[in-house]
Amino acid sequence: MTTSILNGTGNNALAFSDEQAMLLDSAKNFCGDKSDISAVRSHLQSDSGHNPEIWQEMVALGWTGIAIPEQYGGFAMGLGSTVPVIESMGRHLLGTPLITSTLASQALLRGGSEAQREQWLPKVVQGTVGSMALLDNEDWGAKLCGVTANQSDSGIVLSGKKLLVADATVADFFVVAINHNGNHSSNPALAIVEASQLATGAITANTLIDETKRAATVDFTGATISLDALLPHPEQALKDVRLIGALLIAAEATGTSAATLDSIVSYLTSRIQFGRLIGSYQSLKHPTVDILLQMDSSRSLIYHAATLIDDRPVAKDTEIACRMAKAQATETLLFAGDRAVQFHGGMGFTYDCDAMLYIRRAQWAQHQYGDAQHHRLHLAKLLLD
Amino acid sequence: MSQDNPSQAEFRAQVAAWMQDNRPADPGFLLPQTFMEVGSERVLEFLREWQHKVWSAGYLGMAWPKEYGGQGMSRDFQRIADEEMKRLQVPICFNVIGLGWAGPLILDNGSDYEKEKYLKGILNADDIWCQGFSEPNHGSDLGSIQTRAERDGDDYLINGSKIWTTMGNFAKYMILLARTDAQVERRYNGLSFFLAPMHRDGITTQPIQKITGEYGFTETFFTDARIPANCIMGEEGQGWRIAMQTLQYERGAEAGAAGGISILSIVMDDLLRMAAEIEREGEPLLQDPVTRDNLIKFMIEEKALQLAEKRIEIPALCRDYPNSIALSGKLRSTEFFRRMRQYALTLQGAQGSLYVGDQETIGGGFWQRAYLNNFSTTIGGGTSQVQANIIGEHVLGLPKD
Repeated sequence: MTTSILNGTGNNALAFSDEQAMLLDSAKNFCGDKSDISAVRSHLQSDSGHNPEIWQEMVALGWTGIAIPEQYGGFAMGLGSTVPVIESMGRHLLGTPLITSTLASQALLRGGSEAQREQWLPKVVQGTVGSMALLDNEDWGAKLCGVTANQSDSGIVLSGKKLLVADATVADFFVVAINHNGNHSSNPALAIVEASQLATGAITANTLIDETKRAATVDFTGATISLDALLPHPEQALKDVRLIGALLIAAEATGTSAATLDSIVSYLTSRIQFGRLIGSYQSLKHPTVDILLQMDSSRSLIYHAATLIDDRPVAKDTEIACRMAKAQATETLLFAGDRAVQFHGGMGFTYDCDAMLYIRRAQWAQHQYGDAQHHRLHLAKLLLD
Repeated sequence: MSQDNPSQAEFRAQVAAWMQDNRPADPGFLLPQTFMEVGSERVLEFLREWQHKVWSAGYLGMAWPKEYGGQGMSRDFQRIADEEMKRLQVPICFNVIGLGWAGPLILDNGSDYEKEKYLKGILNADDIWCQGFSEPNHGSDLGSIQTRAERDGDDYLINGSKIWTTMGNFAKYMILLARTDAQVERRYNGLSFFLAPMHRDGITTQPIQKITGEYGFTETFFTDARIPANCIMGEEGQGWRIAMQTLQYERGAEAGAAGGISILSIVMDDLLRMAAEIEREGEPLLQDPVTRDNLIKFMIEEKALQLAEKRIEIPALCRDYPNSIALSGKLRSTEFFRRMRQYALTLQGAQGSLYVGDQETIGGGFWQRAYLNNFSTTIGGGTSQVQANIIGEHVLGLPKD
């Protein structure tokens, strides 16, 4: 009888500013124009995975400065305004270092010194790429201690490798989680390392399941940094960046889910088998509806998180929103991509079929900044204890 | 709820205080969780008294005109009163077909005579209303309605049968959809809409026992039953349009309904409260990692459903499929509740195999009834499978089968 039978418990804030709406419109158009499927495929084998001219156009549009305060040359529109841009990138599988660079700049904003911010943030706005080097192993929740730091006469000498460092070959600097001065391994320090400080051959490109993405194993061994390169507030920065990373990957995945759904609907309304359009079969129609509804959930959750996130340390409600968004959005894309392959039948099994791009993106996205189970584990601590 | 202005906040507190002070004592029998479970006279009289009390206090029909028993106030106040009734889980306002369907329809389309005759009795629960749309063998396909209404002098002669008539055995009036013209090319064009009296010769009801073991619906039979010709609403042949208009009022007080809650709201907090009392292997169930993972999945889904109601107000975030949220709300919420209630029984362990009437049940069998009753929502008003077809065809543009 009553459709509205849900209680409004908890924080259900959801807002979308005119500014965000304009960004969404322009990003949709831009990404659609610059990144049709043939453009996406043309970068699958390239080193950087993206077109530097398009990256410069994005810089000119101001997207690298959306969440950076005006005093550092940014546009101070807040992190919530990056979400529609990144969702649009996901929709067109547009490869760029925007997510990586946004996260590195957020690490500096949230944990860096004034000097560090002044040194790097204006450059990031102008297109310099920063990258986060967090991972020592497969678990985003695990201890980060693989890169150790030893004091020497010349400074702090690093030793050890990081895995899956996004867009490492085009990064000018890295924010690296390290074990320094007996810092407990679950509570690492963060250090800024410039690409020029790395030894020759330190970057070994990873072969990724998603060929539209780029990451590398980076060996920081031998890199020597000064004390000034350490972020003064690593704990808050690390916590926040992991959650912001989860949100941005969720936003991108939601865009890709929308593209995946479009691709399925297009095939179901054009392919004829056994004398009928295959979209008329309920065994295909109903799961496709499920994808739509899951995508609706993802979109509601990412914009809820985008509403709550701001420049302050991530609060509990915001953490809940980011984790829910990530858990939902990447599971949605896994489901959508998996069904996209299956519903394309024999074509779906080929490299030529675009469903390949979507399911590979799904498998990549689920593991970035924590998989769904990881986030549910942490949500349980926040909501059930 | 945070958007209340000061006068709204004051009103909300006033409603909450009244509800807490006036909440009826435990009557010693199970109260219905929905308006579809009014299966006995004692339940009926209990609910009639409660609704009358809520109306007398001024918390029902607040936005309806004063001359017809309402308060003539803004719909916001009724929305707030409804939210508080829902939150505090007070008994339902059971005369739902009157409050939510017939009443707003009469307010919008009815003559002064009809408003005078019907509206106050809907609000104060003197006159119970039922709905006669569905028929045996036709489910929710209203275009296939066979019940005939033939003009005979000053009367219509009704023949046929209706099914799933909620409170059919208690109702004084029925909103009736019947076929006045069997010859038209488009079958929807032959339907007409009546505000039909139930206490007439030739109208009989047969209670239907539900999956829960309770009653609440009837099958209703019309055998040469005469109703006055002026019971028709609009003209002959306009029945389909009026029926569709009636369904719009389901959206609650904001759409013109009188207000009140028709269904006890059972949310994740209720499930968490239940789970907190249960132990497994000597440990609280809420410490079990598998249970925690499942509960969080439900909480994410509940959050997403709540947020959808907000996102629908932001067109820029609904561009892909603008009617997706509106058309999928019924499917999503009813299926969510079905799975959530099923899981509640799973968590009960051995006690989940008990049923209403056993001393050892958790909460008197609350979740057992809640789960079984929930099928009325995944089946009634178009099954989930029909809903999925509607979404596939009307939102995604997939071909009909």
